[in-house]
Amino acid sequence: MTTGPGIRLDVRAVPRLKSHVRLQFNEARGQWIVQAPERVLMPDEIAISVLKRCDGTANIAVIAASLAREYDAPPETVENDVLEMLQELAEKGIIDDARA
Amino acid sequence: MRALEPPMALLAEVTHRCPLQCPYCSNPLELDRVATELDTDSWQRVLDEAAALGVLQVHFSGGEPLVRRDLATLVGHAARAGLYTNLITSAVLLDQRRLDALVAAGLDHVQISFQDVEDAPGDRVAGYKNAQRLKREAAARVGAAGLPLTVNAVVHRQNLSRLGAMIDAAVELGARRLEVAHVQYYGWALVNRAALLPTRAQLDAATVTVEAARERLRGRLVIDYVVPDYHAALPKACMSGWGRRFINLTPSGKALPCHAAETLPGIEFPSVREMGLAEIWRDSDAFNQFRGTDWMAEPCRSCDRREIDWGGCRCQAFALTGKAAATDPVCFKATERGRLAEAIEATHEEPPPFVYRRMSGHKNPDEGVEPVPLGAVD
Repeated sequence: MTTGPGIRLDVRAVPRLKSHVRLQFNEARGQWIVQAPERVLMPDEIAISVLKRCDGTANIAVIAASLAREYDAPPETVENDVLEMLQELAEKGIIDDARA
Repeated sequence: MRALEPPMALLAEVTHRCPLQCPYCSNPLELDRVATELDTDSWQRVLDEAAALGVLQVHFSGGEPLVRRDLATLVGHAARAGLYTNLITSAVLLDQRRLDALVAAGLDHVQISFQDVEDAPGDRVAGYKNAQRLKREAAARVGAAGLPLTVNAVVHRQNLSRLGAMIDAAVELGARRLEVAHVQYYGWALVNRAALLPTRAQLDAATVTVEAARERLRGRLVIDYVVPDYHAALPKACMSGWGRRFINLTPSGKALPCHAAETLPGIEFPSVREMGLAEIWRDSDAFNQFRGTDWMAEPCRSCDRREIDWGGCRCQAFALTGKAAATDPVCFKATERGRLAEAIEATHEEPPPFVYRRMSGHKNPDEGVEPVPLGAVD
């Protein structure tokens, strides 16, 4: 499967929020939000856990393993779900691969 | 009735002054004069009120926001209040000194409008000599400063043949995001509709071009596509619904549910000079007038799309039917859909000359490119 010349993540990719994309807690609304150019995402609890770990040092395999422990879930399933979620966020311009 | 959510974004039209004269400007025909503009302190108070209300992003727009000398001060204030700050600019005034001040103030993102990919037709639409070159130079500065860039390519019947090249240019300019924005017919654009509205065939070709580019550039460039709904069968969810997501503030401080709302008769729009932003959002008659679905008549009232398109656009309904509460005539269910036929018919005739956007009024024929002296804009 190919998606053109753009970003293609695998488990060794090191995700980070792109510059001028922010994960922040909004006091007035009492919720976490992702602020990006002319775009706001309101991630669910799982997505917030993933995004908080996208610090530009941990790779996707490490992030998924940590989440599998925290949620006591099957590591392979978690890894696939996390990869899929991050691939989608990469295509929306929210994250990139710190190695690139 | 469900609880009222806070607005997502504040559209801060800090001035109507602009060195450009684009004939599709969405500003009203009666432009606010400099003497009526909110001062720095008032804007700062409003930005604080917006953040407290739960607004997430503030879009500094106009007119040309860089005409205001205090723009970096306002951006800095918004950033300190936790707002995500966006500059929507023509960029012809975005020199290195202004950009440095905005970056230091904490600006998050810049959107630059482009009238074309070629200089001569671009400068003609802008009514400003060297506009295209100045914009390209400014876009390069934005990239060099590490700020994300959106290119807003405004398209219409006179430049759609160059859409492919406009998309390529956005990639070359280093944009992360491209808005291919068909002109929307409000304000000055409504006056110039016959000169701008594309044929159905042009629109269909543009849509094919955009979809191919999205696939080709996936992961490199996000392309948002705003279509001209005159050719559509379903209306757009204008502003995501009246009083649901946005507050637009005019230079003089009037709060509007959308930037064209002042064209609607019989509504008194509240001013931030007299009322707090939270009260305006929650309680003002203007923001409640077409909020939700209670105001709707048939065929909207029983339509299963009523919470998808929210009845379409009130300003378009009024502009085309004379009734602000009518079903948007774009809808295939609207009895007054025939009102679009005349406009669509005109797309097959020679385009008339532009009526350029000017402070002095709208009775100016196409006089060619005359630069406006910058001294006039401060």
